[in-house]
Amino acid sequence: MSSVTPGPAVAIFGATSAIAQCVARIYAAEGARFFLAGRNPEHLRAVAEDLRVRGASDVQVETADFRFVETCAAVCTQATRALGVIDVALVAHGTLPDQSLCERDDDALREAIAVNFTSYACLLIQLANVMEAQARGSLVAIGSAAGDRGKRRNYIYGAAKGGVAILLEGLMGRLARAGVRVTLVKPGFVDTPMTAAFAKGPLWISSDRAGRIIVRAIRKGKTTVYVPGFWRWIMAVLRVVPQRLFARLDL
Amino acid sequence: MGKAQPELQSWGRYRRVVQLGVEQHWRDAILPSASPRAILPYGQGRSYGDVAQNTDGVLVCTRRLDRFIAFDSEAGVLRVEAGARLREILALVAPRGWYLPVVPGTQLVSVGGAIANDVHGKNHHRAGTFGRHVLRFELLRSDGTRMVCSPNENSQWFEATVGGLGLSGLVTWAELALTRIPGTNVDVQTLPCTSLAEFASLCDASDASHEYTVAWFDCFSYRDGRFRGLFTRANHAPGSPPPASPLGAVPFTPPIGLVQRTAMRAFNLAYFKAGMRRANATERMPLERFLYPLDRIDRWNRLYGPRGFLQLQCVIPAAQAPLGVGALLETIAASGQGSFLAVLKRFGAQRSPGILSFPVEGTTLALDFTCAGDATFRLFDILHKIVRQHGGRVYPAKDACMSAADFDAGYPDWRRMLPFVDPGFGSDLWRRVTSELAA
Repeated sequence: MSSVTPGPAVAIFGATSAIAQCVARIYAAEGARFFLAGRNPEHLRAVAEDLRVRGASDVQVETADFRFVETCAAVCTQATRALGVIDVALVAHGTLPDQSLCERDDDALREAIAVNFTSYACLLIQLANVMEAQARGSLVAIGSAAGDRGKRRNYIYGAAKGGVAILLEGLMGRLARAGVRVTLVKPGFVDTPMTAAFAKGPLWISSDRAGRIIVRAIRKGKTTVYVPGFWRWIMAVLRVVPQRLFARLDL
Repeated sequence: MGKAQPELQSWGRYRRVVQLGVEQHWRDAILPSASPRAILPYGQGRSYGDVAQNTDGVLVCTRRLDRFIAFDSEAGVLRVEAGARLREILALVAPRGWYLPVVPGTQLVSVGGAIANDVHGKNHHRAGTFGRHVLRFELLRSDGTRMVCSPNENSQWFEATVGGLGLSGLVTWAELALTRIPGTNVDVQTLPCTSLAEFASLCDASDASHEYTVAWFDCFSYRDGRFRGLFTRANHAPGSPPPASPLGAVPFTPPIGLVQRTAMRAFNLAYFKAGMRRANATERMPLERFLYPLDRIDRWNRLYGPRGFLQLQCVIPAAQAPLGVGALLETIAASGQGSFLAVLKRFGAQRSPGILSFPVEGTTLALDFTCAGDATFRLFDILHKIVRQHGGRVYPAKDACMSAADFDAGYPDWRRMLPFVDPGFGSDLWRRVTSELAA
């Protein structure tokens, strides 16, 4: 919060998501400067006010609808203009598509993929270009444990998030040379508005705790972080289950 | 609609209710429509009884409304969404020399809950209730209308909402006046207190000189008007100790309550002896440890086991206090029920702002009872009758079983509340206490 050591410059895409808010609050307490993009201007304003009170030294907001590729390109440019050098870029927006609707309705399917994959590809590649040029910073994206394996119940969401994982893996290789860190976040069950309809059990964690785990992983420069960590082991087991058997599991 | 969601239980955990929780994510959102079912705001679930329970209805959960809006660190004014907890507020403002003027015995309550129950603390004799320091708030009604309420603007709505048990609408945000503190320590003095007369004279001697005063006593020790008790008085002190480390959580509900008679007696005796060792000395300690001793044990309510517990908190007006509190203690001692430490506190003369605000000038008594079914409820009936006979009232935030007649006697003005109750809102407590008399 002092003027001697200004906080990090943090760009967040999907800044009104519960996990993104919890991550942002941690950086705000360190006096971070923010660029926040999100869909709803009122909600963005509420998040910006919150971060200012918590210690953010500057917060700029931009309304953005990530269904559109042009928006993604424009908002990325705005982030660079607002912050100059970006220390942390977090891509965190997303929806949990209604899978049975997507199976019947092309528009719903197109939108699900546009929001959860295409926009990620567009934003992450643009950001990679920026960060490669500045030769520093952390590029972070929210994937999902659901992206590790195609499951009957949410394979569309899983495919989009699996795509994000592959994309980020490629960027890790590309950006390592430039000294840019890339972190893929794979949440398991996190209690957020997106998962409000699910019955919660002991495997669930709060978005606050998810935020702390993510920030710690970014600081350590981890390449992949499951949230919380035990999902690494659950997914390691699920990944080696033979497909014939996996298809019969009720997942 | 709905099912018994354990996370929506009340703090006393004495029964399970079928109700649906719906989260309110943003302060500009409208309320869920549940008609003909009633809705009711639900914050942190720290009310003991059924004031925040809504059988077959919908609970509007406010935990996501936890954003700060503005903080004027010169004037000491904070605007915050109503689902924010006092703990997060204090973590923000205390290091900058500000504190909430009134805090209850836990900082794990929401601002909305503190307003709806017009909570009080160990400094009631000076600061009055929480609602006295609420500058204004926004009230959202089930028909979608919003109004800003303060003691000057929409003042009737202000009075109906402060202490209004969540029935007048949802408070979306509130603006709170803070108070200056010299640091986050307190200087605490502990004195022996062995009778109600001694309690009264200690209050007389301390209330003018000390910000916080409260007495704890062992209700098992009560005999012929005497008990083992400790009177504690404290003032703010400079310094900034590190935040108190939590002692841990109660990870699950033990199959039988651990708050058993023998254990409690032993605990109470040990607590008393420890207090007596410090007697008359002044000890400097972190404010948090003094104000919220139980916050260090996450979910301590589970210790009472699967049957849960009930709390009696009542206030007996000053003139009747010695007699009334004496009669209550006599009855509790004779019953062999009763529990942990009981608490005595003298409320000051400050007027509470809400129509249904609990505190009036007099003595308040609070103690927990393991819920042993009918026997406990029968005892509560007797205790409530004593409260009534002495012109007192029971605190709705703690209550699970006062009758409509008890409520009518304790809150004779309660009908003034009726025009302000949102037609879409309801609670188990409200339906119970107004059932016979509203007709």
